[in-house]
Amino acid sequence: MPQYPNRQFLDFEQPIRELYEQIEENKRLAEKNSKVDYKSIIQQLEDAIIEKRKEITERLTPWQRVQLSRHPDRPYTLKYIDKMSTNFVELHGDRNVKDDKAMVGGFASLDGQTVMFIGQQKGINTKARQMRNFGMANPEGYRKALRLMKLAEKFGKPVVTLIDTPGAYPGLEAEERGQGEAIAKNIYEMVRLKVPIICCIIGEGASGGALGIGVGDKILMMENTWYTVISPESCSSILWRSWDKKEVAAEQLRLTAKDMKGFGLIDEIVPEPIGGAHWDYSEAASILKSHILRSLEELKQIPAEQRMNYRIDKFSKMGFWNEEPEAVGQTEKA
Amino acid sequence: MSTKKEEDFDTRLSGDENANAQGGESKTKWYKRLRKGITTSTADKKETPEGLWSKCPECNYICTTTELRENLYVCPKCNYHHRIGSDDYFDILFDNGEYTALYDEITSKDFLGFTDLKPYQKRLDEIHSKTDLKDSMRVAAGTANGKALVVACMDFEFIGGSLGSVMGEKFSRAVDYCLEHRLPYLVISKSGGARMMESAFSLMQLAKTSGKLALLSDAGLPYISLLTDPTFGGISASFGMLGDLNIAEPGALIGFAGPRVIKETIKKDLPPGFQRSEFLLEHGFLDFIADRKSLKDKLSQLIELLQH
Repeated sequence: MPQYPNRQFLDFEQPIRELYEQIEENKRLAEKNSKVDYKSIIQQLEDAIIEKRKEITERLTPWQRVQLSRHPDRPYTLKYIDKMSTNFVELHGDRNVKDDKAMVGGFASLDGQTVMFIGQQKGINTKARQMRNFGMANPEGYRKALRLMKLAEKFGKPVVTLIDTPGAYPGLEAEERGQGEAIAKNIYEMVRLKVPIICCIIGEGASGGALGIGVGDKILMMENTWYTVISPESCSSILWRSWDKKEVAAEQLRLTAKDMKGFGLIDEIVPEPIGGAHWDYSEAASILKSHILRSLEELKQIPAEQRMNYRIDKFSKMGFWNEEPEAVGQTEKA
Repeated sequence: MSTKKEEDFDTRLSGDENANAQGGESKTKWYKRLRKGITTSTADKKETPEGLWSKCPECNYICTTTELRENLYVCPKCNYHHRIGSDDYFDILFDNGEYTALYDEITSKDFLGFTDLKPYQKRLDEIHSKTDLKDSMRVAAGTANGKALVVACMDFEFIGGSLGSVMGEKFSRAVDYCLEHRLPYLVISKSGGARMMESAFSLMQLAKTSGKLALLSDAGLPYISLLTDPTFGGISASFGMLGDLNIAEPGALIGFAGPRVIKETIKKDLPPGFQRSEFLLEHGFLDFIADRKSLKDKLSQLIELLQH
């Protein structure tokens, strides 16, 4: 991960940058004046940084949480795969049109057991961002993901998906090649895949683009991520007819991990290093790994048929409505 | 198909009927409204007389509404298919217009306390006071040319036919009904996409409905998806495109992302006929396009073929 001064700071992270600047300043002074002990001052400032990171993430607004999920220094799918597993072999292509660089996947060894990793990939610099299409997959990306899932099913290997997308790509060719159909097919096939599926939102979880690799036995969300039906910006533009209400939209959509857990729409929240995953890739990956391993252990105990039925049951319970003529006390369901 | 009729239907998802007229632009007023809204009380309201003329938005052909209705709301001149609701579809499909309505008692609930320009609950109350519709989907069982089937049909009038918890639940129960009675399932889609006021709950309906379809498939019962104008977003990214047979009405706009969003993304004009039924057929996503007039016969013919 980038170290200061290559770190990037969001507006609400500015106090941390100031502390870094103070450290730099003290280091410079220490070089000039060896008689004074700057070590303890620097140590204090470093402690203050940790404290600040903690303080900032403790009281984030939903919109700030969205910003954090998009932090330019945040680790992406390949980074997690690299940190969590060994022997990763990336597999390419949907066998029909092309290889979508916004969707990556392949077999890897997770503490000795082979799993199929699949996830959207964002770029780490301008050039890579373009190559990865900002993590927005085309239909061939979803079809590649499905091909890999079927491959995993054939060899009885569990599937782990890492979700990080601002949405499926809304392009002309994407429509020609059936973006809707590709996502629909994935959702349908994931519902009945015979091997365990663990899905984790590691960044942005926007709508169908996320759900296209997001149906599974266990749905995890990292602490500073969001998951809902539309991005706050688009929601603002449609419902408020203005791009300026994204903060309000983020609040109204109740899109944070905490909200989603509260609604029972996800199973677990995966804690992040103090201040967010971008402060310590290794720690973030190791926490995620422990959650995945625990879920895998649990899921392996369940026979395949039963696991699929649980999956269907779990999703069919989601929703809320009123039901009029039933007896009192039975009128509401959530 | 001409592209002159450019509609920004996703603003319809905001649940505002005048959304299109106002567009997304700022509404600087050059006049001042003295009294708010329509002041005529319902009792004094003058019903528009029968036999009013109707103009085709596609070819400008003018005919009486009675004539249009007799023609199943299809323009007699250019075959433009007007948007119609579940009532009309049930009338067209079921023998003698007779059917059993199912799960009408399920209605939407503002579980999240969602408020955009208006509270969601207020929006729902307003629509309920204006129409007989309970939500954006109705389910009915009946026969078409003697063939028993279950039809779930969307109403675009109700918050843009948006997919929320109620639609997901009705869809699912309709599948259960099909499983219990071993009936084919037809879903008529007409929707701008997911209902944003239900946030992630509406997204999860994609998985919920797809899961149910897996059960229907395992039971070997046919599922036919009829796509009508317009079908977008969450619908096309789930059960809309999952039919054993995917069919569409002519000229319907069908896609994942709306044309406005695509245009803004690629910063180019879209080719004529883009995302129309004919375009989808050409690209291999539809089995065939069915005229409204031949729809019932084709459906019963297909069911006959699958059952014998």
